[in-house]
Amino acid sequence: MVVYLLRRIVAVIGVVWAMTVLVFAIVHLLPGSVAHMILGEFATADAIAALEERLGLNDPLPVQYWRWFSGLLQGDFGMSLTMDRPVGPILFEALGRSAILAGISIVLVAIVGIALGVHSAVHRGSVADHVLTTAQYTLIAIPEFFWCIVVILVFAAWLGWLPATGYTSIADGGVLGWARHLILPVSTLVLGLIAHVSRMTRSSMLEAIESRYVLAARAKGLPERIVLYRHALPNALLPAITVLAIDMGLLIGGIVVVETVFAYPGLGRLLIYAIDNQDLPLMMGGMILVTSVYALSNLVADICYALLNPRIRYGGATA
Amino acid sequence: MSAAIAMPAWRRLPLGLTLGGTIVAIVLVLAVIGPWIVPYEPDAFSMRERLHPPSAAHWFGTDEFGRDVFSRVLAGAHYSLIMGFGATGISLAIGVPLGMVAAFHRGWVDEAIMRGVDLMISIPPVLLGLLILATTEPGVAKTVISVGIVYVPIMTRLSRAVALGLLAEDFVDAARARGDGAIRILWREILPNAWPPIIVETALRITFAILLGSALSFLGLGTQPPASEWGLMIAEGRPFIEEAPWIALAPGLCLCLLLIMVNMVGEGLRDLLDPRLQGRGHG
Repeated sequence: MVVYLLRRIVAVIGVVWAMTVLVFAIVHLLPGSVAHMILGEFATADAIAALEERLGLNDPLPVQYWRWFSGLLQGDFGMSLTMDRPVGPILFEALGRSAILAGISIVLVAIVGIALGVHSAVHRGSVADHVLTTAQYTLIAIPEFFWCIVVILVFAAWLGWLPATGYTSIADGGVLGWARHLILPVSTLVLGLIAHVSRMTRSSMLEAIESRYVLAARAKGLPERIVLYRHALPNALLPAITVLAIDMGLLIGGIVVVETVFAYPGLGRLLIYAIDNQDLPLMMGGMILVTSVYALSNLVADICYALLNPRIRYGGATA
Repeated sequence: MSAAIAMPAWRRLPLGLTLGGTIVAIVLVLAVIGPWIVPYEPDAFSMRERLHPPSAAHWFGTDEFGRDVFSRVLAGAHYSLIMGFGATGISLAIGVPLGMVAAFHRGWVDEAIMRGVDLMISIPPVLLGLLILATTEPGVAKTVISVGIVYVPIMTRLSRAVALGLLAEDFVDAARARGDGAIRILWREILPNAWPPIIVETALRITFAILLGSALSFLGLGTQPPASEWGLMIAEGRPFIEEAPWIALAPGLCLCLLLIMVNMVGEGLRDLLDPRLQGRGHG
C-alpha cells in the first residue's frame, strides 16, 4: 500500500513537471516570436526588441526555462502582462471560486449519479429504468455550451427566476445571492456527468447483482435489502470511483465553457482571457495549475480506490 | 433466435443503429449538397432584414446582420462532420500504429510510447486542445488536428491492448516461423483481426470529437468567423439570446440532434460487434 502510494505520488510529480516542459516548449518553440505575438502585427522592431530584453527572451531557452521553472517551485508564477499584478494571486483567487463550482458539482454528480444508477439497476426493466436509460443516451451527447444557452433563456430571460451571469461573494450578496449565482452554472455542469456516472453505476451494479456472491448471499436467505446494499453495492462502487476520476477531466473542460458563458470569474474563464489577450505568463501558469489540480484529483481517486479495494489494500498488487 | 435469423438482415440491426444511421446519412448528404441548395447566400448581409423571427421566407429567422440562419446552418453542417470524422481519422492514423508497434516491440519502445500516452491522458482534453490552439492562428484544419491529437492516447492504449492479445495467438507464431517481418505481421495478421473493438471505439469517439471541436469553436479558438460552424454560430447568437433566441437555438438543436444520432450509431455498433461491452461507457 505504501509502495503503491509512493509510486502514484512520484507519477503525479512527473506529470506536472512534464507539463511544465510541454507548455514551455509549445509557447517558445512554435514559429513566430513571443514578443511579436504579444505586441501584435503592427509593433515596431524597437518595441519588439525592448520587450524581448525586458522578458529575457534573448537568453538561451534552457536558461529561460530554468528561470521560469525555479520561479514556479517557489510559488512565483511571474507577472501578468495585461493586469500588472503577479500571476500567482490572480490564479489562486480564481482557483478558489472554480473549486466551489467543481466541488459542489462533483459531490452532486457522485450522489445523484450513483443513486440513479443503483435505482435503475435494482428496478431493471421498470418504467423509471427506461426513462433514465433514454435520458442518459441523450444527455451524454448534448454539449454544455448549448445547455448554458438554454437554461439562461428559460430561467433567466423568460422566467426571470435566476441571474443569467456573474458572481457575488457571500460578503457582498449574502448566502442567498451567492447561491443564486451558482444554481445555473452548477446544473449545467452536472447534467451530462450525472448521465455518465449513473449509466456506469447501472452496468456495474447489474454485473454485481448477477454475480455468484450475490447468488450465495441470496441462497443463505439474507433479506434482499441486505443482499443489495451490503453485498452488491460496495463492489459496484469501485468502478464508479474510476468513472468519477475520468469525469473530473470532463468537468474541468465543462468549467472552462460554463465559466465563460456565465461570466463566472474562475480559473477557466481566466485561462480563456489569458489566451484571448496573449497574456503568456498567466496562460502558462493557469495551464500548470489546472493540470496539477487534475493530477491531484486523480491521485485522490486512486487512494479512495485503494482504500475501498481489499485486493490493493492488503496485497502487494499495484495497478 | 430462429425467428431473428429468419428476418431480413436489416431487421436484426438494433433500432438505434438504423435510426441513427439514417439521420447521420441525411446530415451527410445535406452537408455535401448544402452549398448548392441554400435558399440565401449564407454570408450575405441584409441590413433591412435584421433579427427577423422564423417565417416562411426565413425558416430559422435571420441574425443580427440579416443573414438567413437556415442557410447558414445548412452551409455549416460539413464543419461538424469534418470535425468528427477528420479528427477521429487522425487519432486512428497515429494511435493505431503506435499501439501496435508498442505491443510488438515491447521493451523500451513500449515503455516510451506508453509513458507519453500516460502524460497526455493526465491533461484534461479541453486543456490539451486549448494548449495546441492557444499559441497559433486558429482555423478549421488546426482545430481538427488538435482534436485528433487529443484522442490519440485512447486509440494507442486500445490498439496496444488488442494487439497484445492477438500476438499470443498461434497464427502469429506461424507468421514468425515463416520469417515474416514486423510490419508484415502487424499489417497482415494483427490489423485485420483487431478491427472490431477499434471500430466500436472510433464510432463512439466521433461524438466526443464533434463535441470538443464545436466547444473549441464556441470558445473562439477553433473555426473563425464568418464560417457558419454550429458551435461558433451558437457563440455569435449568445448576445441576442433574449430578443432573437433562434440565432443560437437553431444551430444548437441541429448540433444536439447530430450528436445524439452519432452517439446512437456508436452504441448500436458496440452492441452489434462487441456484446460483452454492452452498457459500458466511454470517458
